[in-house]
Amino acid sequence: MSLWEYVQDRWSLLSFQSYQHLSLVVQSLLIATVVALALACLAYRSQRVSELALSVSSVGLTLPSFALFGILIAFIPNGIVISVAALAFYGTLPILRNAVVGLSRVDPGLVESARGMGMSRTATLVRLEIPLAWPVIVTGVRISAQMLMGIAAIAAYASGPGLGSFIFSGLSRIGGANATNSAWAGTLAIVVLAIGLDLVLNLLGRLTTSRGIRV
Amino acid sequence: MSDTRPTTSDVTAAPDAHEVRGQRIVLEGVTKRYPGQETPAVDDVSLEIPAGEIVMFVGPSGCGKTTMLKMINRLIEPTSGRILIGDDEVTHRDPDELRRHVGYVIQGAGLFPHLTVAKNIALVPGLLGWDKERTAERVREMLDIVNLDPDEYADRYPRELSGGQQQRVGVARALAADPPVLLMDEPFGAVDPLTRQRLQDELLRLQEELRKTIVFVTHDFDEAVKLGDRIAILEVGSRVAQYDTPEAILAEPANDFVAGFIGHGAALKQLTLTRVRDVDLHEAAVAHVGDDPATAIAAAEALGREHVIVLDRADRPLRWLSLRELNRPGALSTVSRDDDLEAVTLGSTLNDALDSMLTSSHGVVVVTGRRGRYEGVVRIETVMGAMQALHTGAHASGRAVR
Repeated sequence: MSLWEYVQDRWSLLSFQSYQHLSLVVQSLLIATVVALALACLAYRSQRVSELALSVSSVGLTLPSFALFGILIAFIPNGIVISVAALAFYGTLPILRNAVVGLSRVDPGLVESARGMGMSRTATLVRLEIPLAWPVIVTGVRISAQMLMGIAAIAAYASGPGLGSFIFSGLSRIGGANATNSAWAGTLAIVVLAIGLDLVLNLLGRLTTSRGIRV
Repeated sequence: MSDTRPTTSDVTAAPDAHEVRGQRIVLEGVTKRYPGQETPAVDDVSLEIPAGEIVMFVGPSGCGKTTMLKMINRLIEPTSGRILIGDDEVTHRDPDELRRHVGYVIQGAGLFPHLTVAKNIALVPGLLGWDKERTAERVREMLDIVNLDPDEYADRYPRELSGGQQQRVGVARALAADPPVLLMDEPFGAVDPLTRQRLQDELLRLQEELRKTIVFVTHDFDEAVKLGDRIAILEVGSRVAQYDTPEAILAEPANDFVAGFIGHGAALKQLTLTRVRDVDLHEAAVAHVGDDPATAIAAAEALGREHVIVLDRADRPLRWLSLRELNRPGALSTVSRDDDLEAVTLGSTLNDALDSMLTSSHGVVVVTGRRGRYEGVVRIETVMGAMQALHTGAHASGRAVR
């Protein structure tokens, strides 16, 4: 059976798993974005805390995802909860890094001018600093999205949802009927989803960035 | 303390009334000491800034002039002493609330790059809770006041403006909620000299209308002399070396520090004290768009001139044309505006006029009045004459002091 025939044959399962995969990534990404933004807003005013956040982010990204899933299985029985927790953790790191850098690079003269006009700290953050750091934050979200697409495949190892099941079942039956097709189908579907999600995020980023600071 | 209510209601009750005057600012024994520094940045300064005047803080860098300015709107908190705006002590007011009623302009204007010009100007009215209609009306009015066409500029983003235009929007934004007091921190430091001169002229014109209390920090003594009703010359630690009118400071520097700061050629500096409106203007040969070139040439030759200044239908100068250029057929049917045309206003100083003459290829500079209408020209001989007169005057008074 060729890859094309395989895909046609398993289309309903493949499309269902793709949907699950995408849904897992998008939901974890949403949690990650909210958490990262909140942490960055707490951290960026202090240089020390900012540096701490940046190094936690670098160290966190070196943790092998396979190992993290393995550890989480020991504590959490539910595969879906494990998957979301692990993906949200990884997703937070690049967004946190970009948000801290973006927020701390806002021209201090502008911040002073905002304060000088009588804008409160919160108003300055919401109306000046976040909008100006937004393009950098969106870049962080896109990096996270790409990364999570790959890591989400490992969720199947913790009996989570997604396209990982195609890859794992293929790899475990190497030499068997349709083993390569199964791994290929899962991998290609992930690549297609990743490209699609990136296009959407890019468009969203452009639409939510002021024309005055668009490159 | 009757708290801040009266000020608030005054300001919001009459936002469009140009006759609203500024409020006086009083500094009493103000000191700012940073932890870990032995000498205070500002040391026991007492100063009264009268309502409706422009007071310039001028001094060498590091003398604490900016610190003094920022203590007025509490961007920096004084260590001790009192600061009053009107009769209210600033430290008794909520800092954010206080700052909404104190205009603040910084170098480079500090416009928010992600907001349009209109939204930048609407920021403080928005913070004060003005409704949309009133804010929109005010934005148009402010753009008009700073000579930017609202239809053309309201929806632009700051990066689509020149440095000078950004600075004008900065002034419009600071004045949008009609604050009685305006603080300016080296606002014209980052623009080229020609634009700076225009912005200074515009500020003076604005002030004639608005009569705000303006505190203006600069390190440029010429700027201080040109703009200031009074100048406070500050030494390190913001000790006030002299606080007086520009004329008095130039005529009688209080001590060696002030004399050193004024520098040599005080007589030349006096050129900054003389305004274009104080000297006799000359008539140039004038032609209007659509005139007959032959008549224009005849008129110029009768006056013995080789160039003619062409005006548009609203009497605004467009460009100089030589007699040879006028000889071309249809020379006056359409004349484009020369964007580099050197012009000064009646409020410009003779120093500005001299600068303009030196940069233009003509020994004269065009003078414009209200709405940019042609008023006449200043000739280099006029400036030389004024310089001669000032020099003899300064000499005489110098001898009198000795």
